[in-house]
Amino acid sequence: MGKILMKGNEAIALAAIKGGVDAFYGYPITPQNEVPEYLSKHMIENGKVFVQAESEVASINMVYGAAGAGVRVMTSSSSPGIALMQEGISYIAGAELPCVIVSVMRGGPGLGNIQPAQGDYYQATRGGGNGDYNLIVYAPESIQETIDVMKSAFDTADYYRNPVMVLVDGLIGQMMEAVDFDRPVEKRDLSLKDWATNGKKNHPGKRNIANSLHLGAEILEDHNKNLKKKYDRIKENEVKYEMINMDNPDYTIVAYGTMARVCRSAIKQLKKKGIEVGMIRPIALWPYPKKAFDEIPSTCKGIMCVEMSMGQMLDDVQISNRGRFDVAFYGRYAGVVPEPEEIVDAIENFEEWRVE
Amino acid sequence: MAEKTIKVAGFGGQGVMMFGKLLAYAATKEDRYSLWFPSYGPETRGGTANCAVIVSDEVINSPVFRNASHTVVFNLPSLEKFNDRVEDDSLLLYNASLIEKEVKNDKALVVGVPCNKIANDLGNPKVLNMVMLGAYLALTKLFSADVIETVLKEYLGDSKAGMLDVNKQAIKAGMDFIEDAGISYA
Amino acid sequence: MKVKYKKTKGLTDKPLSYCPGCTHGIAHKLVGETLEELDMLDDAIGIASVGCSVFAYQFFNCDMQQAPHGRACAEATGIKRVLPDNTVFTYQGDGDLASIGIAETIHAANRGENITVIFINNAIYGMTGGQMAPTTLIGQKTTTSQSGRDAKSQGYPIHISEMLSTIEGSAYIERVSLHDPKHVIKAKKAIKKAFTYQKEKRGFTLIEVLSSCPVNWGMKPIDALKWVEENMVEQYPLGVYKDKEANNG
Repeated sequence: MGKILMKGNEAIALAAIKGGVDAFYGYPITPQNEVPEYLSKHMIENGKVFVQAESEVASINMVYGAAGAGVRVMTSSSSPGIALMQEGISYIAGAELPCVIVSVMRGGPGLGNIQPAQGDYYQATRGGGNGDYNLIVYAPESIQETIDVMKSAFDTADYYRNPVMVLVDGLIGQMMEAVDFDRPVEKRDLSLKDWATNGKKNHPGKRNIANSLHLGAEILEDHNKNLKKKYDRIKENEVKYEMINMDNPDYTIVAYGTMARVCRSAIKQLKKKGIEVGMIRPIALWPYPKKAFDEIPSTCKGIMCVEMSMGQMLDDVQISNRGRFDVAFYGRYAGVVPEPEEIVDAIENFEEWRVE
Repeated sequence: MAEKTIKVAGFGGQGVMMFGKLLAYAATKEDRYSLWFPSYGPETRGGTANCAVIVSDEVINSPVFRNASHTVVFNLPSLEKFNDRVEDDSLLLYNASLIEKEVKNDKALVVGVPCNKIANDLGNPKVLNMVMLGAYLALTKLFSADVIETVLKEYLGDSKAGMLDVNKQAIKAGMDFIEDAGISYA
Repeated sequence: MKVKYKKTKGLTDKPLSYCPGCTHGIAHKLVGETLEELDMLDDAIGIASVGCSVFAYQFFNCDMQQAPHGRACAEATGIKRVLPDNTVFTYQGDGDLASIGIAETIHAANRGENITVIFINNAIYGMTGGQMAPTTLIGQKTTTSQSGRDAKSQGYPIHISEMLSTIEGSAYIERVSLHDPKHVIKAKKAIKKAFTYQKEKRGFTLIEVLSSCPVNWGMKPIDALKWVEENMVEQYPLGVYKDKEANNG
């Protein structure tokens, strides 16, 4: 269909359809409303399921039900709404059901504001719900990359029987760019969902149960051991990142999503000033590209983590750095998107932004 | 062409978003890169609105920019907000129908266009944004009138097809205004 | 030898985990029999909730999901929308449905979700050890209303069947009781009617089942049944609250 100019949120919706979504359950919240609005029209027109739920709490549990029933299902929300979904996400992870959760981040905490932010890194990567579990989290930097990630997210979720989160900020949701929906994406060999609770007639001879309850410490520990094995496989196979200008950088920036794009412009401006700066750009936030940090040349003078938050991914940067380089942090938050010039300044005054 | 950063600002209802979107659509039509994003707030009507557009022959990195190559303001609050945020040798277009005071900017070529008056003379006050677009295109030559006409037609769609002619007239009137004034911007 | 009675195929062989004298077992049997008699066991998906019936997924002999506390009707909605021809039901207590899950329940009814809800009302939180429920009677002593429920500070018993009957999307709402065999037979009829309505795609159906909780009420099972008859039925009158006879209501 060639390149078309499209708003990020609508592109997320269309990419979900291209990715084979069967059902959407969601609740209105800015700045992601164009996702359900687009789907409300196009899902129903195509005989698929769209339900506007009474709350985010209900939405995620509708997702649980449909995921258990074996279909491709998603929801979409923004920061406070994702907070409300954490209970359901924990249950879905515990019951090992596949689904896709889109999170369009806004300023927080609390009601915060509706401007772009990255304050939900912990919420996405640390598991806001109870218990030991992980989501596979992608944080694309452009609408095109968001489309590519969305199109393959359902495959990834099905492959691992695990929720996948696509984490963007309000800027990606609200902006328009020319995009191509026909770019090929990775397909996986998927087995039949013989575990689905879709009625015994569909799997004669056994009764399927979607459940996260395992009373008895050893029984739950065995279940969780299996979860851990799966998470280890994901860590082994699903790390996704980009190295930019990393041959011989004076400094290395680490940034994701919109922030990484802003940093790309800063890197160009710095080059004109004779300062070579590279960037590690995690595309998957979980699993985190720890090993990428080993590739930073020892001549590098320091790592600058840049986020639209007070410093959340910074934890993973410090863990991955293992004390090799000095680490600095520059962040704007609460809905403020830093301009490239600010990052140029921050790199030029690296010492000022150093963190212990 | 070097990357152009464009800021369009005014009251809600002055057609600010449409102005910006048409530029982004035109760039896509010509296979150039573009990016559009709105300032968005809880209010759907009234208040001030602005959007940013970037047009480039190369992949666009940062969606945010400090200073604009082209600044288009439709009212006084927008002028006050964005007058200092312009690049050297840039262009500042303002709506002279609503901004009556003298506009000073050392970095930019400043051009006032009486958009409301020209639109009213055409019999449709709503097309003031297209008057400005005409003036903008005449000065920047960023897109040809043909491309803009094509995307305008698609933008209006079938439901507003009846509005096409008056919008085209407005663009033409804006272009004529610049030509008659003998202003040029390299 | 003629078989006069045998265990329904609608339940698994797993021994029930409920306390002696509790009427959950009877309610399970009625639902299991209904699923068997209506030939629904191979297409049904049931939702177990949180509370005493948290293990219901082990007992009903069909596919089951186990829902977070209060979310059974949302989960049922999720399933039913993608599998509209399958039978979908929830089995929930009064803490789960009438307290934490009341929003999900009301909105599922309001959307006319074509599901069946079995709502066990025993006026107390059983699983957690006998705390006050929204359905607890005025003056009833529980571990969190130790001098008896006081309406001034703890509100009033909530009437789910009456409330849901006012909602356009609900097709069949009936309150039944399990305090004696005559009423058990009536309860069975009501449950069967609800599932039949679901099969006929009429919309939301809910059967409120007045039940006993001898352990947390501190009574012998027989006295508990008497307490249901003498106190609960008075507060929660039995009968049909809503019956949309035809598809077009």
